[in-house]
Amino acid sequence: MNDETIRETVGRWLDENWSPDRSLREWREILLEGGWAAPHYPEEYFGRGFTNEQAKVVAEVFKERGAVPAAQAGPRRLASETILACGNDDQKQRFLRPILTGEHSWCQLFSEPGSGSDLAGVSTRAELENGQWILNGQKVWNTSAHHADFGILLARTDWDVPKHQGMSYFLIDMRQEGVEVRPLRQMNGHQSFNEVFMTNAVVPAEDLVGGEGNGWHVATTTLSFERRGFVDRFSGEGYRGDRPGRIYDEYEAEVEEANEPYTWYPQRAGRVDLVVPRARETGAIKDPVIRQEIARLLCMHRGSTLALAGAEAKRKAGTTQIIPAGSIGKLAASVIARQASKVHTMIGGADTMRSGSQSAEDGVIAEILISVPAISIAGGTDEIQRNIISERVLGMPKGHRADKGPFREIKRNS
Amino acid sequence: MSDFSKEQQLFRDIVSRFLKEVSPPEAVRELMVTEDGYDVSVWKRLCDEAGLAGTHIPEEFGGAGFGPIELGIVTEEMGRTLYCGPFFASAVMAGSALLLGGSDATKASLLPQIAAGSLIAALVLDDVDDLGRLGHSVSVDAGGTLSGGAGLVVDAHIADVLIVVARGENGLELVSVAPDADGVGVTPVEVVDPTRKLSRVDFDGASCEKIGSLDDAAVEALWNHLSVALAHEMIGGAQHMLDSTVEYTKVRFQFGRPIGSFQALKHRCADLLMDLELARALTHHAARCLDSGEGEPYAASMAKAAAADAYVEAVKAGVQLRGGIGFTWEDDTHLWFKRAKGSEVFLGPPHVHRERMMTMIDKEGVDDIQRGEGGLVA
Ligand SMILES: Cc1cc2nc3c(=O)[nH]c(=O)nc-3n(C[C@H](O)[C@H](O)[C@H](O)COP(=O)(O)OP(=O)(O)OC[C@H]3O[C@@H](n4cnc5c(N)ncnc54)[C@H](O)[C@@H]3O)c2cc1C
Repeated sequence: MNDETIRETVGRWLDENWSPDRSLREWREILLEGGWAAPHYPEEYFGRGFTNEQAKVVAEVFKERGAVPAAQAGPRRLASETILACGNDDQKQRFLRPILTGEHSWCQLFSEPGSGSDLAGVSTRAELENGQWILNGQKVWNTSAHHADFGILLARTDWDVPKHQGMSYFLIDMRQEGVEVRPLRQMNGHQSFNEVFMTNAVVPAEDLVGGEGNGWHVATTTLSFERRGFVDRFSGEGYRGDRPGRIYDEYEAEVEEANEPYTWYPQRAGRVDLVVPRARETGAIKDPVIRQEIARLLCMHRGSTLALAGAEAKRKAGTTQIIPAGSIGKLAASVIARQASKVHTMIGGADTMRSGSQSAEDGVIAEILISVPAISIAGGTDEIQRNIISERVLGMPKGHRADKGPFREIKRNS
Repeated sequence: MSDFSKEQQLFRDIVSRFLKEVSPPEAVRELMVTEDGYDVSVWKRLCDEAGLAGTHIPEEFGGAGFGPIELGIVTEEMGRTLYCGPFFASAVMAGSALLLGGSDATKASLLPQIAAGSLIAALVLDDVDDLGRLGHSVSVDAGGTLSGGAGLVVDAHIADVLIVVARGENGLELVSVAPDADGVGVTPVEVVDPTRKLSRVDFDGASCEKIGSLDDAAVEALWNHLSVALAHEMIGGAQHMLDSTVEYTKVRFQFGRPIGSFQALKHRCADLLMDLELARALTHHAARCLDSGEGEPYAASMAKAAAADAYVEAVKAGVQLRGGIGFTWEDDTHLWFKRAKGSEVFLGPPHVHRERMMTMIDKEGVDDIQRGEGGLVA
C-alpha cells in the first residue's frame, strides 16, 4: 500500500469509528478489532504486517485527527517486541492485547545486586513445582516497577551448566503476594527505579518464553530492542489540541502515570537543545573558550545523529548488525551528555551551585548536572559498550574469562 | 541519511583498487624523499586511465562532471593510501578556485588541461590558517603587477602555472603567472610531512594575467570545498590507521596473549572508532550539503574540525599501540602520523573551524536540535 492509500484507508476508518466521547478502554478495543492499534504487527496478532514506515504514516493520520493511539511506549514496548519475536502463539494472544489497550504496564527485571554488567550471572532461582515456576531472589534498578502489572524477568533454571545455558525468560505477574517492590531514591532525588524481591513468587509454566534454558537468547533480543531506542517515552502531546472529549482526560492521565519516572530523562541526555539559547541569554556565547566547547558539542551531536541515521539505513538494507551500531550510538550519547553537562556548567558558572527553583530554567540546569551520570550506566555501561565495539565490530581478541564451566562453581558476589 | 548510490560505490571500488596498486607504502617512501615528490607515470595513468583529475570538473570543461561527493570519494581513498602527487594542489585546489572565481574564458582554457592532468596548477593562498583573511600578503595592482609572498604553497615546485589569490583594488582577484616568470621565486620549504610538498612563493614585480575574482561568498565557498575534500582525505587516513593498528594488536603477543585482548587497548580503539564514525558521518554529510546547496552553512567546518581531531587521535594511538616499533622510521605508521599533523592545521586548525562555525551560528542561528533522551527508558 502506498502512503496515499494508507492515509485514505485510515481516514475512512476513523470517520466511521473515532469518537472522543468513548472511554479509553472502549476505544482501544475498537482500535484493536479494526487492526489499527499496531499496524506493524503481523495480521494474526492484531496488525497488518505494515513496515515501520507505513506504520508511521498511520500514526501521523491519527495525530492529525486527534485520534488516541494504542499504548505502546515505555518498557511495555520491550515486552511486546520480545514476545512478538520469541513468544509462542498462546503468549502473543494473551499478552499483546492488554499491552496495546493500556490495561497492563510492564517493567524490566534483569539486573540483580550481584549481576549487572554481567547479566548472564543472574542468580534469581526458578524451580518447577506442580506445573508452576516458583521464583526466589532479588532484582534491582528496575525502572517503573512501582507502576508495573507485569515484568520481563531473567532467572536461573539450571545451575550445573555454563552460565549462558542455564537461564530462562519469564513473564511475571507483579500483582501477587510473592513480589515486593521497594522504591529507591537516586542521586538526583527522583525515585524511578526500585528493588524487587521475589519470595516464592509464582509464574505459570506457560509464561516461560522461548523454552527452558534459552533465556539468554531471549534477553539479548530484548537488549537489542533497547539499544535500538525502541523504548520511547509516551508522547501524549499534540492529540487533544482544543478538541473536546472525555477520552483526552483519560489518555492524558495514562500518559502522565507512564511518564512519571522519566521526567528527568531528557536532562540525563544533557539537553543539547538548551545550550545555544542559554549561551545567548547569559552572554556566554561571547566567551571564546566556551564557544569552542559549544562547537565541539554541536559537532558530536550532529555527527551522532547522522551516523545513527546512516546505520539505520544500512540495517534496513541488511548490511550491518543491530547491536554494534547501537553500541556506538549509546557510547556517543554518553560522551555527548557529558560534554553538554560541561558546557552547561561553563555557561552557568558559579550560578550552577543553585538547585531547584533557584537554578536556571526552573531547576532544569541543576537537574542536568546531577542526572547525566545515569546515561553511561543504564542499559549497559560505557565500558561494556566499548567491550562490544572492540570485540564485535573491530574483532579484537576476547580477554581471559574466569567464568567458564558450571555456574555453580563460578566465583560471584555473596 | 541517504547512503552512497550503487554507481558511487562502484566508483569508490575502482578508485580504491587503482590507488592500492599505484600507491603502496613502498612507493610513498620512495617518492617522499625525491625532490618532485611524485611519479609522473602514475600521475599520467591517474589522469588518462582513471580520469580522476577531472572528477569534479564539469563535462563542458573536459571533466567527468561529478560533484563534491565523488571528489570526496577520491580524496578519501587517496588519504587512505597517502597518494603522493599533484591531485590535491591542481585538481582540488586550483580547479575549485577556477570553478568558483575564474572568468568563462579562463575556465574554458585552463580547466580542460587541469582535468586532463597535462597542466599542473598550484593555488597560491597567502593564509592557509584562515581563508577569511586571504589577501593580506599578496597584492596585484591595476596594471597586473604582483607583489608580496605566500609561505606555504602546496606543490608550487612542480607547477606549470600558479593561480594566485591577490588583493586587488576592488577586492580579491584571481590571477595566473608562470612559476619561472621574471619576479617569481619558488623556494622549497622543509616540511614535517614529506608526502605533501610545500614551497614559499615570492612575487617581486611579476606581471600576471587577471583571470577572475573572488567575492566574499566565493571565498567562503572555496574554503568549504577545500575543507570538505581535505576532511575526506583525513577520514580515509584515519580509517587506515585504525585498521592497521587493530590488526597489529591481534598479532603482537605479550604476557602470553595478544595485546589486543588488553582492555585498555580495546577501549582506546573503541573510542577511536566512535570518533571516526561521527567524523565520517559529518564529512559525508558536508559533501551532500555542498552538492545540494542545502544543510547547515557550517557543515564543512564541522567536518574539517571533527575529521582532524579523529585523525590525530588515530595516529597518536597508532604509534602508542605499536610500542617501540611505532616510533621507528622503518615502520610505516609515521607516514600517516605526519600527514595527519599537516592536515590537522592546513586550511584551518580545528579551533579555527569551530570559531568559524560559531560565527555562522551567531548570524544565522543553529539548526533545530531535538531534545534527546539517550533513546532509552529502562
Ligand atoms: C537510571 C537507571 C535505570 C535502570 N533501569 C533498569 C531496568 O529498568 N531494569 C534493569 O534490569 N536494570 C536497570 N538498570 C541497571 C543497569 O542495567 C545496570 O546498573 C548496569 O548494567 C550496570 O550494572 P551494575 O550496576 O551491576 O554495575 P557493575 O556491573 O557492577 O559495574 C561496576 C563498574 O564496573 C565496570 N565493569 C563491569 N564489568 C566490566 C567489564 N567486563 N569490563 C570493564 N568494565 C566492567 C562497569 O562499567 C562499571 O563501571 C538501570 C540503571 C540505571 C542507572
